[in-house]
Amino acid sequence: MAKIIGGVTSSHIPAVGNAIANNLTQEPYWKRFFDGYAPAKAWLQEKKPDVVIVVYNDHGLNFFLDKMPTFALGCADTYHNDDEGWALKPVAPFKGDAAFSWHIAESLVEQKFDICTCQEMKVDHGFVNPIRALYGTHDVWPVTTIPLAVNTVQHPVPTAARCLELGKALRTAVESYPADLNVVIFGTGGLSHQLQGERAGLIDVEFDLECMERIANDPEWMTQFSNSEIMRRAGTEGIETIMWLVMRGALQSNVKVVHKHYHAPISNTGAGVLVLENYL
Amino acid sequence: MTWTTHDYENIPGTYVFDGKHSYGAYPLNKLLFSFNTEECRTEFDADPAAYCDKFGVEGKYKEFVLKKDFLGMLRAGANIYFMAKMAIPRGTSVQDAGAQFQGITTKEFQAKLLAKGDGLVERLAKRGGYWNG
Ligand SMILES: [Fe+2]
Repeated sequence: MAKIIGGVTSSHIPAVGNAIANNLTQEPYWKRFFDGYAPAKAWLQEKKPDVVIVVYNDHGLNFFLDKMPTFALGCADTYHNDDEGWALKPVAPFKGDAAFSWHIAESLVEQKFDICTCQEMKVDHGFVNPIRALYGTHDVWPVTTIPLAVNTVQHPVPTAARCLELGKALRTAVESYPADLNVVIFGTGGLSHQLQGERAGLIDVEFDLECMERIANDPEWMTQFSNSEIMRRAGTEGIETIMWLVMRGALQSNVKVVHKHYHAPISNTGAGVLVLENYL
Repeated sequence: MTWTTHDYENIPGTYVFDGKHSYGAYPLNKLLFSFNTEECRTEFDADPAAYCDKFGVEGKYKEFVLKKDFLGMLRAGANIYFMAKMAIPRGTSVQDAGAQFQGITTKEFQAKLLAKGDGLVERLAKRGGYWNG
């Protein structure tokens, strides 16, 4: 049977992709941020998951505002990156696993998560950059990936509580799949940041650290907050942090914290890396 | 038409992108979304006014686009991620835009951001459990 061995979080901002593409990762501005990825990369090298499910939000490459699914699952064998108007060079296509995706979709719907299924799905920087930061850039990616998109762009967006519930359903879905696959979940985006309005540039280090620690050890804590409260504290784009809860919900209630790394600022954001491992 | 109100509406300097914004600025966001492709970016540059007309972007929306008034566009309902597709290829980074929103220089905006990291290493050491170089 498939099993979830752990979860990893990462920022997904375009600047991360640009820093990698332009070989800036050892420049003074970036060094501490990227050096803190080394233990996460080493953990992935050691565990060698067969499949990574990447929880991210699309920022207007695949989804326009004509149709905006709250949760959408890639159900294809290939996912393409493309020009998204952010001056990022597109990367090589990603290999998916359609049969596994369809199993997950079926199980989620059975569990009352009526997810949107996508047989064609372009993946943007939100999906690409965590993979690049954690695996390096490749012409042939070293792992099979499944995109799970959460709407954090157009409100109403799902609550933190709902995201945690989705994660729990995702665990049931993965662990009922008959193939022997080791799976890791990536929770991407965040932490606090606001790009828009006169309040742009907001970073709340205290809230970020509290989120990291609670998501690792007490994720229910996050579910007390409404999305308004999260945005007030962490900024409008900081709402992305809810996607970490999908990852967290898919793990056991007690997990081993393998690695915890925080850096601010990276571009306009606070950035956190967590590596959480399920006990066998 | 009666739009419901939300408690996020009183967050200062913040324009939460919700149904009300998305509904009102639909043509504008459709125009911004088109900038995913180089062809459309080039077509816009050749004749911005005609490009607005093609998308039905009129009145104040058109004015903001032609003036590249990003704060105006935002207040009128542009989505920040879609707006970035217009700004970034034309040399306005998200930090330049942030500085414009606040009426300060990009250097000042970046200095404010960098200050958020002051004392971070000591702070993480004190909390414990964090990788610290
Ligand atoms: Fe994002």
